[in-house]
Amino acid sequence: MQGLLRVVSSTVLVACCHVFSPADAEDQVSFSRDVLPILSTRCFACHGPDAAQRQAELRLDLETDAKLEHSSGVPVVPKDPDGSTMLSRINSEDSEEVMPPPETGQTVTVEERKILREWIAQGAVWGKHWAFEAPVRPEVPRNGTVALDLLVKKKLADHGLQLSPQADAWQRVRRLSLDLTGLPPTPEQAEQFANNPGTEQWNALIDALLERPEFGEHWARMWMDLARYADTKGYEKDRGRTMWPWRDWLVQQLNQDRPLNELTRELLAGDLLPAATVDQRLATAFHRNTMSNDEGGTDNEEFRTLAVKDRVDSTLQIWMGLTAGCARCHSHKYDPLTQEEYYGLYAIFNQTADADRPDDAPLLSIPGDERRLRIEELEQSIGTLKSRLEHLRNQLESNENDHWTAFVPQRMEAQGHAKMETGQAGVITVSGPSPERNDYLLESAPAPGSITALRIQALIPDGQKNAGVGRNPGDPNFVLSELLIEIIPAEGSPRSVAVQRAKADFSQRNWPVQAAFDGDLKTGWAVSPQMRQPHAAVFVLQQPLTISEGDMLRLQLQQRYGNSLTMRCFRISVTAESAEVAERDLFAPGVREAAAELAQLENQLKQLRSAIPRVPVMEELARERNRETRLHVRGNFLDPGEPVMAGFPEAFPIVSTVAAGGPGRLDVADWLMADSNPLTARVWANRIWARLMGQGIVTTEEDFGTMGATPSHPELLDLLAVEHRDNGWSLRQLLRMICRSEVYQQSSIVTAEHRLQDPENRLLARAGRFRLSAEAVRDQLLAVSGLLSLHQGGPPVMPPQPAGLWRSTYNSEKWVNAEGDNRYRRSLYTYLKRTTPYPALTTFDAGSGEFCMIRRIRTNTPLQALVMLNDQTAVEAAGALAERMLAQPQEHRLIWGMRQALIRPVSAEQTEPLQMLLDDVMQEFEAAPESAAELLRNARAEVAENQPAAELAAMVVVAGAILNQDEFLTRH
Amino acid sequence: MTPELEFGFRQTRRHLMQTAGLGMGCMALQSLLAEEGGSAPGSLSSAARFASGSAPRAKSVIYLHMAGSPSQLELFEHKPELQRLHLQDCPESMLAGRRFAFIKGVPRILAGQFEFQQHGESGQWISELLPQFASVSDRACVIRTMKTEEFNHAPSQLFLQTGNARPGSPAMGSWVTWGLGSMNKNLPGFVVLLSGGKTPDAGKSLWGTGYLPSVYQGVNCRTDGDPVLFLSDPGGMSRRVRRRMLDALDQLNTAELERSGDPETETRMSQYELAYRMQMAVPEVMDLTREPKHILEMYGAQPGYQSPAETAADPRVLYRGDDPTFANNCLLARRLVEAGVRFVQLYDWGWDHHGSSPGESIDETLPIKCQAADRPIAALIRDLEQRGLLDETLIVWGGEFGRTPMLQNNVRSEIRKGFVGRDHHPDAFTMWLAGGGIKGGLSWGRTDDFGYEAIENPTSVRDLQATILYALGLDPYRFSYLYQGLENRLIGPTEEGRVLHDILA
Repeated sequence: MQGLLRVVSSTVLVACCHVFSPADAEDQVSFSRDVLPILSTRCFACHGPDAAQRQAELRLDLETDAKLEHSSGVPVVPKDPDGSTMLSRINSEDSEEVMPPPETGQTVTVEERKILREWIAQGAVWGKHWAFEAPVRPEVPRNGTVALDLLVKKKLADHGLQLSPQADAWQRVRRLSLDLTGLPPTPEQAEQFANNPGTEQWNALIDALLERPEFGEHWARMWMDLARYADTKGYEKDRGRTMWPWRDWLVQQLNQDRPLNELTRELLAGDLLPAATVDQRLATAFHRNTMSNDEGGTDNEEFRTLAVKDRVDSTLQIWMGLTAGCARCHSHKYDPLTQEEYYGLYAIFNQTADADRPDDAPLLSIPGDERRLRIEELEQSIGTLKSRLEHLRNQLESNENDHWTAFVPQRMEAQGHAKMETGQAGVITVSGPSPERNDYLLESAPAPGSITALRIQALIPDGQKNAGVGRNPGDPNFVLSELLIEIIPAEGSPRSVAVQRAKADFSQRNWPVQAAFDGDLKTGWAVSPQMRQPHAAVFVLQQPLTISEGDMLRLQLQQRYGNSLTMRCFRISVTAESAEVAERDLFAPGVREAAAELAQLENQLKQLRSAIPRVPVMEELARERNRETRLHVRGNFLDPGEPVMAGFPEAFPIVSTVAAGGPGRLDVADWLMADSNPLTARVWANRIWARLMGQGIVTTEEDFGTMGATPSHPELLDLLAVEHRDNGWSLRQLLRMICRSEVYQQSSIVTAEHRLQDPENRLLARAGRFRLSAEAVRDQLLAVSGLLSLHQGGPPVMPPQPAGLWRSTYNSEKWVNAEGDNRYRRSLYTYLKRTTPYPALTTFDAGSGEFCMIRRIRTNTPLQALVMLNDQTAVEAAGALAERMLAQPQEHRLIWGMRQALIRPVSAEQTEPLQMLLDDVMQEFEAAPESAAELLRNARAEVAENQPAAELAAMVVVAGAILNQDEFLTRH
Repeated sequence: MTPELEFGFRQTRRHLMQTAGLGMGCMALQSLLAEEGGSAPGSLSSAARFASGSAPRAKSVIYLHMAGSPSQLELFEHKPELQRLHLQDCPESMLAGRRFAFIKGVPRILAGQFEFQQHGESGQWISELLPQFASVSDRACVIRTMKTEEFNHAPSQLFLQTGNARPGSPAMGSWVTWGLGSMNKNLPGFVVLLSGGKTPDAGKSLWGTGYLPSVYQGVNCRTDGDPVLFLSDPGGMSRRVRRRMLDALDQLNTAELERSGDPETETRMSQYELAYRMQMAVPEVMDLTREPKHILEMYGAQPGYQSPAETAADPRVLYRGDDPTFANNCLLARRLVEAGVRFVQLYDWGWDHHGSSPGESIDETLPIKCQAADRPIAALIRDLEQRGLLDETLIVWGGEFGRTPMLQNNVRSEIRKGFVGRDHHPDAFTMWLAGGGIKGGLSWGRTDDFGYEAIENPTSVRDLQATILYALGLDPYRFSYLYQGLENRLIGPTEEGRVLHDILA
């Protein structure tokens, strides 16, 4: 603690304000830089754009109104400070008079009063908020990198500072590699550059890193924060949602350096592009990352409208740095966005088909090439097999091995004058009139012997492809209500024969074959929906029937359902084989095998199909189904106000032509990316700059409105913005331009002068030195320990996390710690559950994906220390690094390990604390072998042959120290 | 204030430490909290800036959130009229313009299922399900007219705890810790304890920091596994080895500090030391075996007990009245507050008694939940009182909304045992406050004969939030954080929240 006081300086506050003192740069007061921030914070809440809150009908956000006669005088009289009532009210001693009123808690400071007075004295020149004027390229050299350096140096010189010297080659490679790919270089890669660190080599290194596949992964993470990406839906049940194909798409686009304007069109409206490809439709999953609530008893419309609002807010925030959320309920108090205008944008996004449905529809199937091929193959095989099977099933010729004997009736009767004919191989065809119900009576004298079972085959006459097994062409099903069997002995009276059991190849749901001998004429055997296929059923008799010479067998096929659901073509056979054999041989030989094969293939196809990722995407409602948009009074969707037309805010008009039907999502994309949009280029340039420098030129990356921070380097921001736009919105081009600069390459050492004059490094007299992002912290651990898997893409993975964290209500999904490759994948692939995000990442400021995260506020906490010391991944990384260190020659082990982690030359002297640690701890482990063994188990470190366990255990501790160094966790 | 001035005001951690050293003499309170690159935590900048001007009544808060929302009509609201109209169709007038989560058509009135009596000197009406609480009811102010704006669990919990029904805003505990800092340098300032077998419906967002720096997020202290995630050293590593490792690390970091000159390195070094101390302090404070037997008995606590309900797929069917998990958490809450933790938040899941599945009924589950909760809550009040801590600890109890006076039943069948339930009701429900500056024995607000609508002193969630902040010495209207160009507040953007001065002593 005392250490902290050593570097404290009472001048810090003073120095800090000094940097931004308006009087400092030039004497002319600037409206946008100096005056507007005061007016917006102190006055606009009551005298601004929001009509509902406006007091005294005075607007100080409009020049005309501010310079107009009001009841108490003219607020602003140019060149006449004493005549301006705005100033007299601010300066008033009377608590009834003074502005802002005391109850607001706002006061105008002495310094601010001076600025206002000076501004009025100078003529009260009005202007727009700086960020709402289009950026103009400053008058600087054409080469962007040169111009960048020049602008930073100029500002430094104004403050008596200068750039720091260039950082050494090792440091620069590590910095560049971490910034561009999120991974450190290997010591060998760094050494290669360090041996030949020329400008040309540096530029080549930049290009090489930009081409790495890991580049897209690293920058995708930034996009995922913006897109509020997650693998679950959020809220109470927080069930899983398939979004990862979008993440993979994103990585791919970044690796192809797709220009931002094209990406924007696809992300917002890929589905609306002419002849949209699967990829373009997949892009729109971007705005389907909004949460949905599956909680019981929710109103889907409530959460649908919330999702639409989230899309409006996130879009404005990501591209234009505008905070629109407040305009859901009332006109923006500080920026030119009325509530009507908010709902004008809302109306555009309000026409997509999604509606907070539990199934997340509409969904887009993304089979992937490999799976698609396999599916096509399977479909083909199944088709072939099906026709073969049909043929086999319909096969009428008796087979030599067939034990079934056709029952060829000697007498046949049907009702209602239907005609019955016996054909080849005992096939009976029914034709003529087709009454609603029909009982077929068949009599024959079978050959003497035994009958154990009887088979009915419902057939489809050859050459009638689309016909079915029943007589009703509209519904070619049949219902066999009851099958009656009687034996009429040559001598004696007829008696009925009981059926013991039956089996059919297929039965309609609730119409099982067993119902054909249950004595109930209301039930029966039917075959829908498979009525266009032949079917067969075997009825096993209670007792084998002994047929003597002259015995007759009489069958009645009672079909009483109605609607002519009667058989059209059938055959009856009998057998003397056992019940099992009879049941097995429902069909001709070969059918069973083919059917089994078909079932297997169909099952495979089903599995393949169900494994196809189905991703929620945007889909526009048909015109006639368009929703009417009304303003939500106080943001409440149940309180609709006036109807609102789709449109854009007046302060940011659209310049391109809009389709006749009114603006759509494609127009939003064009509006955002138009040259005339003053914000987009600045916001994006600032965002990229902040990733490389540690903070934005505008520190409030999320707010470029009047309440946002003013830029530390306005000209530099405009230079970057214009260059980015004019270079075709190429991310790589922008990164190249920045990384080539002297500003980027300078040393990050914080000198005493820096601490005094610019502790926050707003002036850039040194390179940024800051802790790596959550993902980079973990990925780097895995990389330097040799555990990292660079496998790209696919479903999210579950690296180890402490047990018992996932306990969502009404949700049985489980976290299962991955083994193998998936245990060590890059962090962007880690399953992100919104209500329970991966704790090792959130501890380092990663988000939960619940809302659009423009920037992460970096923290430095003891919980981070605990993650680095004790998280299973960190412990395994220490184990793996220790193993590798021990594989080195003894005298090089510590140096090798340090170098592996820090990517710089390491002297023996620098490893002294580690050597002492190693010696000391090794003794401890020698005395406690069971502790050594336990630690090695936890670290998953394996003792090599002839190696003392105590030595490896001690090395795990040493490796842990290496991997916890501030230098290791920091990008510098 | 412009962002630059705001930024200047917040200043760096270093600056803060210095000022703290000069003025506040409590640097330790900052020790858990450090944000890279400056913008500083609480105590000085906010406690002083946002002070209400009236002396803080409470120093810390224990918030007992019964997730799912218990029925006010079985616990606090004695309504004989419901008895009279039992199982009759609910009057049309009660349905017009209302939304329900599950009720459809015309539901029937359901009488209160348990007996009520007046208790204590104050004569508060309390049901037979809370006999222990009844005996200390003179300490509590029962607010009978709470109203909320949300009627689904997750949004309503978020609205109550963060002031915003959507995820992304700081929890009350984060706000308070940001505003007032922690009082123990070795423990987190905002601790969350869970029971009931499930995370509350809105999940971790309920103790997230939203736009406040992530150091203010609630730390979920667990009784199963590591009390704080990643707290334990890996098995096989002794404390001595850890110490030696940190010593070596300190030397390496010192060398880096000398080279880089970056104060952030120094902060990190101190955070590692703090982590080491937390490794001792947290298990100590979480160790219930240190409590004497009579205290354990008073709460009904059982150190080390692992309830099967806590890990079950459906914990509701495993609830038992003698399950000590919630009792353990109540006792832990006292230990944490005693050790200087600013805000202790308990979530007990399983109070959502619709009557539509096993384990969620008014007639069977509610008595079990009450049995498990009643004794420890009363013990907590008594225990704090006998230690002289009740005056400086604000206890808040309640769910996220109330329940309907109507039976939730979509079929016109007979009432079945174990399936008596009520639907969500946002317009009138009961919460109580005790301790830290609260007028004990007060009954605040009155509802109509059905317990359906507030007819006297309706109290909004905003009022409750404003009152809690005020009790802690903060001005709820000025207590704000600049984010996205707006002064964001716990009580939301409008001025409708009122401090309930009438319930404060």
